[in-house]
Amino acid sequence: MTDTAPIVSIQNVSKLFGSASAAGQTHALSRVSLDVAPGEFVSLLGPSGCGKSTLLRLVADLIEPSDGQILIRNKSPRQARLDREYGIVFQSPVLYDWRDVLHNVELPLEVMRFPPAERDRRAREMLQLVGLKDFERHYPWQLSGGMQQRVSIARALSFKPAILLMDEPFGALDEMTRERMNAELLNIWSQTDTTVIFVTHSIAEAVFLSSRVVVMTPRPGRIEKIVTIDLPQPRNLETREQPHYFELITAVREGLREV
Amino acid sequence: MAESRTLELEAGEAEVAARRQAQGGPSLARRGLALLALLVGVALVWELTKILFSITDYNLPHVYAIPWAFIKPLSSTGQPMGVYLLWQTQYTIYEALAGFALGALAGFLLGVVFAHSALLERGCLPYVVASQTVPILAIAPMVVIWLGRGFLPIALIASYLTFFPVVINTLRGLLSVEPTALELMQSYAATRGEILWKLRVPASLPYLFTALKISSTASIIGALIAEMTGAQRGLGWNLVYFAQYYNSDPPNLWAAIVLSGLLGLLAYGGILLIERRALGWQARAG
Amino acid sequence: MAVTEAPADLIVTGLTWQSRLAALLRRYLPAILILPSGLILWELGVRLFNIQGFLLPAPSEIAQTFGESWVGLLDRGWYTFQEAWWGYLIGCGLGILIGLLVSRFATISAALMPIAIAVNAVPIIALSPLVRVWFGLGQPSKIVIVAILCFFPCLISTVRGLSVAAPAAVELMRSYATPELEVFVKLRLPSALPFIFNGLKVCTSLSMIGAVVGEFYGGLLNKSLGTFIANEASQVRFRSSWSGIIVACAFGIAFYLLVGLCERLLIPWHVSVRSQAD
Repeated sequence: MTDTAPIVSIQNVSKLFGSASAAGQTHALSRVSLDVAPGEFVSLLGPSGCGKSTLLRLVADLIEPSDGQILIRNKSPRQARLDREYGIVFQSPVLYDWRDVLHNVELPLEVMRFPPAERDRRAREMLQLVGLKDFERHYPWQLSGGMQQRVSIARALSFKPAILLMDEPFGALDEMTRERMNAELLNIWSQTDTTVIFVTHSIAEAVFLSSRVVVMTPRPGRIEKIVTIDLPQPRNLETREQPHYFELITAVREGLREV
Repeated sequence: MAESRTLELEAGEAEVAARRQAQGGPSLARRGLALLALLVGVALVWELTKILFSITDYNLPHVYAIPWAFIKPLSSTGQPMGVYLLWQTQYTIYEALAGFALGALAGFLLGVVFAHSALLERGCLPYVVASQTVPILAIAPMVVIWLGRGFLPIALIASYLTFFPVVINTLRGLLSVEPTALELMQSYAATRGEILWKLRVPASLPYLFTALKISSTASIIGALIAEMTGAQRGLGWNLVYFAQYYNSDPPNLWAAIVLSGLLGLLAYGGILLIERRALGWQARAG
Repeated sequence: MAVTEAPADLIVTGLTWQSRLAALLRRYLPAILILPSGLILWELGVRLFNIQGFLLPAPSEIAQTFGESWVGLLDRGWYTFQEAWWGYLIGCGLGILIGLLVSRFATISAALMPIAIAVNAVPIIALSPLVRVWFGLGQPSKIVIVAILCFFPCLISTVRGLSVAAPAAVELMRSYATPELEVFVKLRLPSALPFIFNGLKVCTSLSMIGAVVGEFYGGLLNKSLGTFIANEASQVRFRSSWSGIIVACAFGIAFYLLVGLCERLLIPWHVSVRSQAD
């Protein structure tokens, strides 16, 4: 396997929901194909019902495709999941109220049978990375939404997976916090060399974060257009003021309009 | 306490209803069949236990002895025991119904009062709640003595047991209205009465029905216990009577117990049915 | 570029002690005042209307009787409480255990729940005559009744509690390829604890009621509280009957508070336990 082989390969995937009666089925995804290169930051962008979350869950082996194939590092999604190839972050932080922040981050490490000393070290390292070193002993309800989400990200990265799947992780946050989190996420990404597949319905967010934006449209869910984002790294506040940034946003928006 | 108890049951039922809806789950016929299978299973285990542990007919009559007890004619009047028991049970039903109606009404009114007066709520609600930890039924003998052996004391005891779940759930339900819905009504310059009847009460119905389900069985229990303590007729009194004369005919007591159980189930099921019809929209939105 | 955010909703501390005292008073004063006023009204009512002592004794008279006989009453209360306690242990223990087992199989628990809820509607107390036939007048018969009373609420709350783990949390565990047993221990069980404690608290009152009422219908007169209460009432000695009731209440409330304390210690993280406003 060469370095240029895609780390995630989605081939002609379709997904139908509902019973087999004529009126019943929803075509969530229809013959979607996409290759993600290692180290890329790919956004799946589109309105409700376009299948972006469904696609993410198919990659995560949380649901199964009706048709087509997905390969993650040349393995089936199920095998990839069993081999712990990815970490996942949902829109809601899903932290355990009965564990403090440190032990929440250690959760996957416990399941994966890391020895206690190693778990502790990695968890602290991750919390340092997301800027929550001083909150190790706090409990989730003592933290704001943005902080909880950061813990969730730390937890997802604690076992250093090759791939990070994120399903609208900042959707519940306000605009200012969201922009700050975007900057932090890029910072974390640059330091950890992870491939990221990021679902969002915010055009600005997608353009700011990604190397490529995959524009999807609904009924049936499919890929409409892929926009390559050639903004330079590292991206920051100034990036959001560059003319090319706005050009790219426009390009993406047009992709959404072409239905 | 009954509040948390009622919440449990409400939640359990919502769960079942949701599952049923999600799976297009077992139809009534299938569930009836499952119940039948369960009853047959129980009968088998019963008889097996009798054989395995050589239990006498005194302690554990044969399963078929119980339905037989309903059918066989009484020596004194010649009518089937089942008919006699049902006749007796009607008194229990009247008492429980009266108690239920009284307790539910009083509970509802008090709930409304508490909802509108935070001061009264803060003052009295702790005692209402704390009294649920109290063996209220311990008062039963005294109530019977006070008011004699008749309809009224029994109905009162039944109403007392009905009262608590209804107060707490009415209060919770009336206050469970979303602030924004409230603000909408206020923007229409609605009076407090209109807000109460058009918004709060409909919103509180699910909670109310949960309480009523508990209360219906509680009123039966109250009526039974009150009768057991001091009455001259009714199902509870017959329970005591048959226990006293257990030696002469054991299956009678069992028959009376089965009837009590059915009564409880009937009360619960009755409210369930009414709820389904009244809150059809809730169940579907669910 | 690690950003340390000022958390927007950290629990606020640092209000002045005066304002906190004022808030506390506002909350609890009405309730605190009602009790003595209620008692005073009762006392006045009895005296003013000259209600016969055997009909409705004044609080002062009850207090007097209580003061005279409280040791004996406490003994009786303890005797009865033991029945409540053992029945509680057995009933709740079995209820929780079977709940744990049954919820493992989703189809069984879905079929079982309606039945359990329905059986819970059956007046268990109707069994007490039969239980007396089987187990006699002593403590075992009441223990059985209490156990049966406590079984179903605990079963129902356990099954319910084990089903509330958020779907997203379950999916997260799936993404770690977590074995089913570990998901149970690390996620479902902690999530179920608040519900299980709900059931446990409900059963404290059920247990005391079951023991006392079970004794109405068959208990040892020289030892038990319930039989004492009923007997004194039937002899129209209401004062001592009320004293007995007060003791029964005290045990019931103490039991409830004890379990509440355990709840505070074991699940301090749950919303209902940690928020000061109840």
